[in-house]
Amino acid sequence: MAGMLYSLVALGFVLIYKASGVFNFAQGAMVLFAALAMARFAEWVPLWTGIADNRLVTTSIAFILAGVVMFLVAWTVERLVLRHLVNQEGTTLLMATLGIAYLLDGVGQTIFGSDIYKIDIGMPKEPIMAFESTFPGGILINKEDLIAAVIAAGLVILLTLFFQKTSTGRALRAVADDHQAAQSIGIPLDRIWVVVWCVAGVVALVAGMIWGSKLGVQFTLSTVAMRALPVVILGGLTSVPGAILGGLIIGVGEKLSEVFLGPYVGGGIEIWFAYVLALIVLLFRPQGLFGEKIIDRV
Amino acid sequence: MFYRENGQFKTSYRADQQIFGITQDRVGVLLLIAFAFVGVPFLADEYMFRAILVPFLILSLAALGVNILVGYCGQISLGSGAFMAVGAYAAFNFFVRVDGMPVVLAILLGGVFSTLVGIFFGVPSLRVKGLYLAVATLAAQFFCDWAFLRIKWFTNDSASGTASVADLQVLGFAITTPLAKYLFCLCFLVVFALLAKNLVRGAIGREWMAIRDMDVAAAVIGIRPMYAKLSAFAVSSFIVGVAGGLWAFVYLGSWEPAAFSVDRSFQLLFMVILGGMGSVMGSFFGAAFIVVLPIAINQFLPVLGHFLGFAVDTATLTHAEFIVFGALIVWFLIVEPHGLARLWSVGKQKMRIWPFPH
Amino acid sequence: MTIRKLTLAIALVAGAASALVPAASFAQAKEQFFPVLPYRSGAYAPNGVPWANGFVDYLKLINARDGGINGVKLAFEECDTAYATDRGVECYERLKGKASGAIFQPLSTGITFALTEKAPNDKNALITGGYGRSESSDGGVFKWNFPLMGTYWSGADILMQHITAKEGGNLKGKKIALVYHDSPYGKEPIILLQERAKMQGFDLSLLPVTAPGIEQKATWLQIRQNRPDYVLLWGWGVMNSAALKEAVATGYPREKMYGVWWSAGEPDVKDIGEAAKGYSGLVATGEGGAVIEDMKKFVHSKGQGTGPIEEVSTVLYNRGMVSAALGVEAVRRAQERFGKGKVMDGEQIRWGLENLAVDAKRLKALKLDTVMKPISTTCVDHEGSRSARVHTWDGKKWQYASDWIEADTSIIKPLVRQYADKYAAEKKLTRRDAKDCQT
Repeated sequence: MAGMLYSLVALGFVLIYKASGVFNFAQGAMVLFAALAMARFAEWVPLWTGIADNRLVTTSIAFILAGVVMFLVAWTVERLVLRHLVNQEGTTLLMATLGIAYLLDGVGQTIFGSDIYKIDIGMPKEPIMAFESTFPGGILINKEDLIAAVIAAGLVILLTLFFQKTSTGRALRAVADDHQAAQSIGIPLDRIWVVVWCVAGVVALVAGMIWGSKLGVQFTLSTVAMRALPVVILGGLTSVPGAILGGLIIGVGEKLSEVFLGPYVGGGIEIWFAYVLALIVLLFRPQGLFGEKIIDRV
Repeated sequence: MFYRENGQFKTSYRADQQIFGITQDRVGVLLLIAFAFVGVPFLADEYMFRAILVPFLILSLAALGVNILVGYCGQISLGSGAFMAVGAYAAFNFFVRVDGMPVVLAILLGGVFSTLVGIFFGVPSLRVKGLYLAVATLAAQFFCDWAFLRIKWFTNDSASGTASVADLQVLGFAITTPLAKYLFCLCFLVVFALLAKNLVRGAIGREWMAIRDMDVAAAVIGIRPMYAKLSAFAVSSFIVGVAGGLWAFVYLGSWEPAAFSVDRSFQLLFMVILGGMGSVMGSFFGAAFIVVLPIAINQFLPVLGHFLGFAVDTATLTHAEFIVFGALIVWFLIVEPHGLARLWSVGKQKMRIWPFPH
Repeated sequence: MTIRKLTLAIALVAGAASALVPAASFAQAKEQFFPVLPYRSGAYAPNGVPWANGFVDYLKLINARDGGINGVKLAFEECDTAYATDRGVECYERLKGKASGAIFQPLSTGITFALTEKAPNDKNALITGGYGRSESSDGGVFKWNFPLMGTYWSGADILMQHITAKEGGNLKGKKIALVYHDSPYGKEPIILLQERAKMQGFDLSLLPVTAPGIEQKATWLQIRQNRPDYVLLWGWGVMNSAALKEAVATGYPREKMYGVWWSAGEPDVKDIGEAAKGYSGLVATGEGGAVIEDMKKFVHSKGQGTGPIEEVSTVLYNRGMVSAALGVEAVRRAQERFGKGKVMDGEQIRWGLENLAVDAKRLKALKLDTVMKPISTTCVDHEGSRSARVHTWDGKKWQYASDWIEADTSIIKPLVRQYADKYAAEKKLTRRDAKDCQT
């Protein structure tokens, strides 16, 4: 379902927030950039190396190249932006990521172009009809969405293991708590941030790949991040399972509201329904469903 | 040397509390306003009026409103586009449905409606803050986008969903020429800037700043957070709504809801950040910067490309705008988080002690 | 000096320098200026770029092959609007000063609405070929708007005629859904479709898609629920391919989908390929033919092509080319009356647009006879011609599925009159009289 795709994007948000306390408004632009890179590399690799026939090989090479590109982006962002904004307040960092978002949008389109590009990872497009005997017309199950859900689940498990079990994961969590304290016990802040943004970049790449193969890669993909924001808020900014659950809730809620409520009010209510839902939850639980309680110290 | 306040002694509290205490400042500002009213009409050509000055005036009014909310009260709002839209459509409905409604009154009433909507969507600020509040205001943005597209009553049942006005008149003067539009907007701006400056210097402004700096502590010393936050939303939305009415009536003439989309909200936020949060001057700087920047890139980049030997096509120009925007935001936040206004005040400080270095 | 001060200094110098730099290009005294308002960036770029390339290529062709219009060379300048109304207005303001009258073609219904208010005061004509306000075909009220070669009401009418013919003439009880871009562009056909629904007894359901239209899952789930007999697609840019992809994903037969001429171009179906087979749409232009050969010879082989050569003769490219051709013909017609070999101003160009008489013979001379049908405008009819064909995607190419269909004026004319009068009442304009038509 679309909810899974939102969860993937939300995952990127949550990762960076968990690890560096920065809310990365540029996540959508990163998804777009990664998807553009992969789509274009998939076109260019056959031209450069002459391997035109084997689609699996070209796609894999394109994926790896796109991953390298995202690593470069992460490194540049850390070097040029984050390093100078250590310990600034949250709003400043938020605005900085907003600036990075615009930058990535512009650079991506300049390098890779503004046409619609294709990512072909062999996802099946036709739906399967299940339970045709019990329900008239059957229940529509989209094979692509199923595979996307499986990939997302796999990614989440990997990431949870990474955060809980490895030392880098622990270091990331320490940095998220308090930059200065982490620095004072010797955690190299800059390298940790590169790692975090890199991981978020790879998550963006996976999200972009799946979403791009579904909808085609074009500039509007970055607006998809706007749809993922309520997911993050609903689930709580610091919780990976929250992102998943939030994605499912919002995904289902959006479609249901459009299909059942939509006709009464004229349609097109998807986007604000998600936000209003998140807003209502915020009023009762300001930290989201699974987030950590916000404690204000004076 | 020229900018010192030697010999300027205040002999009454009233004199002491002036906005511009230093005579040079006062004279300077009065000259500036006089130049804006009298000098610019002689110097600027039609293109300058239509494409640069009028948008600059209206957007700086909107940025002023946003600055009050974001800069002075510290509530991040990404819904300013929606408040502009509410102001525009409310003004439109008053103008079109009520016979003989004066334009100025219609726009102000639009602002009033924007205030009501602003207070409604400001209620979450009592419970959430920071990033969560930003997302909550996005709810306002998208809801208003949808409402103005879908609910036909707002656009006077026009089939295409666009609203348009023509034949604006104030006290018998038609507001159709670029010069008339410029003066009309300038009047609004001067009045509102004065009101805003006095508000932020007063008790309510101090309450806002206290909430911004440390809201828990502010509550402890007796400032009511609800009153302060909602009043910030109210005042800000009023100004932004009036700006929205002006934008629609004077600049666009005929508009659809996409004119007030989330991009507009981001643009206003950028103006506030670049100009300087928490500064009335900053709103003007930010607006000027953002209005002039795309035009400057459009003129400058092809010439640069010519010198360096590559052709710059129109798509690259638009992309370059994005890149320069993003880079500037990041650069400003690193180098001068308090924006252009800070540079200005640093400059003034230097002028005060010139020719001495310190 | 610190880095910060240095950067500040550079910024200041750059800012001052840009103010002193002269404007980019100027129409010389003896050149006819054609402003181009494309969008080469943003969500609608995939469809805007081929149109713009066709447009500019044709202008270059006239210069290279014919030496201009009776010796008056064409100058042109682009200004990217990104399909945004305020940018469109800004581009208009910037470019209008470069000539004492020009034809503006904004390729955006939203920008058209805004410019309809401004252009008459500045004596600039608007050609909105295949888009814009449908009621602006009434020249009696809209003196400066020219929705040449078909408005959206004509287009919707042609589609409905085709579908009615497919159903053997009777649509009573059938369900037709309109999936439309939630903007002035998408809302345009609704009035006509509602009129026809009343007349023919079919059930019309309206499904708006929030711009830019990349998220359509809910819309198509609704379609799956309602199971309409036909789906009309009124999308632009990314929305078109997203709609088709969702149709594939929800299993809606593409043979029952019909798109307007802006939703049936190559960028919309190229990526989907085989899966979009059976999808049909309107096309208002014919095969490229002789003019494409000229284009390759005079423009592309000299390296002057605005876009890649593979794009030449695609649907949207042809549309852009024809739009430019109409502008050129209008100027030529104006020169016939006001002086051959002279630069035309705004009023003169407008007269030319209002008195277009491009017949089959002239089209053959222009080598455009396979691309467009003859068109002639009058004082009250600013549309000129209103026919289109239906073509179907076969997985690799568009194939014509019908002959040229004319829109039914008996339905459209009263609507145009009604809405034009409404506009005139709102704006307090008076309908033009016969004397005014002579100028």
